[in-house]
Amino acid sequence: MRPDRTPLVLGAVLAALVAAGPFLPQWALFILTLAFSRGLVALGLMLLLRAGLVSFGQALYYCLGAYAAGALGRFYGVSDIFVEMLAGGAVAALAGLVLGFLLARYRGIFFGLLSLALSMILYGVIVKNEALGSTDGFNVAESSLFGWRPGEDWLRYAVMAAAAAVSLAAALLVHRYLGTPLGRLAPAIKDNEIRVEYMGASARQAVHVKYVIAAALAGVGGALAATTVGHIDPDMAYWTTSGEFIFVTILAGTGNVAAPFAGALIYGAIYSTAYDLSPNTWQLSLGAALLALIVFLPEGLSSLLRRHARHS
Amino acid sequence: MPAILDAKGLCKSFGAVVAAAEVNAAIERDSVVGLIGTNGAGKTTFINMITGYLKPDAGAIHFEGRDITPLAPRDITRLGICRSFQIPQLYRSLTVLENMMVGLGVVMKNAGLGGYFSRRAPLVPGYGVPPQEAAARILERFGLSEYRDRNAQVLPGGVRKLLDIALAMVGKPRVLLLDEPTSGVSAEEKFGIMEMVMKGVKAEGATVLFVEHDMEIVARFADRVLAFYDGRIIADAPPQAALRDPEVRRYVVGIHAEG
Repeated sequence: MRPDRTPLVLGAVLAALVAAGPFLPQWALFILTLAFSRGLVALGLMLLLRAGLVSFGQALYYCLGAYAAGALGRFYGVSDIFVEMLAGGAVAALAGLVLGFLLARYRGIFFGLLSLALSMILYGVIVKNEALGSTDGFNVAESSLFGWRPGEDWLRYAVMAAAAAVSLAAALLVHRYLGTPLGRLAPAIKDNEIRVEYMGASARQAVHVKYVIAAALAGVGGALAATTVGHIDPDMAYWTTSGEFIFVTILAGTGNVAAPFAGALIYGAIYSTAYDLSPNTWQLSLGAALLALIVFLPEGLSSLLRRHARHS
Repeated sequence: MPAILDAKGLCKSFGAVVAAAEVNAAIERDSVVGLIGTNGAGKTTFINMITGYLKPDAGAIHFEGRDITPLAPRDITRLGICRSFQIPQLYRSLTVLENMMVGLGVVMKNAGLGGYFSRRAPLVPGYGVPPQEAAARILERFGLSEYRDRNAQVLPGGVRKLLDIALAMVGKPRVLLLDEPTSGVSAEEKFGIMEMVMKGVKAEGATVLFVEHDMEIVARFADRVLAFYDGRIIADAPPQAALRDPEVRRYVVGIHAEG
């Protein structure tokens, strides 16, 4: 069997990024950090997609994570980036655990639309809530790391490095999970749930576990986005935000835990370029990119990685 | 011999259609029981009630003295009653080997062996070897080794049947229910498949119930026959006697009694 090189390669690439960070311009650090944030969300969606489930409402957990992080600073004066990400992930995981009891019963379009409906409920709740800034949202305090406050010059770099570390840890854990019996069950659930049940496993329980992991990852990603952008608003729960995550997930494919991060980076690059070139019709370019992707690379970036591995 | 499986007074109706009317059957350990009857006679309903897919309107099923009537299919499977399907239920996007690995993964998970952090693959309970080796062993037994890297959806019909039965055997069942193991298989292949399956089952020491339309197969492999008609068991006897029974000949085999 071919030795598993994914952890090594991913670790090396992220280490190189962190090493190169001090020489990168601020805007590049910003795009990179947001790519880690979206990549974390897409990593969770990938878990669900492997089981044949598409969540149109992952922005629910992304937004919860962001507001959990923001609330820490606003109401408790906590600004440590790791604490923020931990809180974001924990709040989202808890919400995912509760809502999972409902969602794990559904498949296909029902699962998708129910998840979308839940995210829009959160959107509505935040919009109506003055304490959380209503439609304007509120600003998130600058991050610190273990009590250290990096100056303005180093802030973006410090956040990016923290994001890389957390992303690496998350990717390795998910990679490990995919090799476990419960992780292996995903394609089986997608193919034939009847057979899964008649082999003595609970498809619903397996989906529930994946759903909670995906929620936690989206929460961490949301917290990271909140502290990176420095501002949060209810649009983070809006269905178009969920759409972005699906775009990244489709772009990445389901074959490799590194792909969601690569996909998120490419998405960020397309988005930034399109917005830069034509601020009013950037959706057009993004749509065209998605179309090309589905036609030419239906199994996403991870199929490229696989093809490369086969040739080498 | 004690009954491993005991069905008492099973009734099941779908609207006006009576699929089971007071079905009683005690299955002895290590026996091979053929279920025969025309389509709609209640054979598959009987199997579906045993495996928990359908809940009987009345009656109870005991497995080794334990009432399993209210249990869900996966819990009944965990107790050791596994089944194959008339239409093979496979993981079609996975290879034959991966199909096995999913099954062995479930066996390990149910034994509390997640293997989440161990570097080496744990041994599969009941096999005493790592999953890869256990999978190779089952594939060998069912003559599936040459197909191990083929996708399940491109397999020939007979091989799909064998893989479906192999999947049912992964958990080392004590009762194996085979729903038409040779349907959709060419006449030449039928006996070969049954020989292979029965050899594998005997090696594991499982009790077998199989639904079958081919009376030659029934006569050869079953040591007891339950003949179904109209939701009832109209004969319960060794194959030769059952196949001579006038009611069975009339309603099941389709030959009217002479004279």
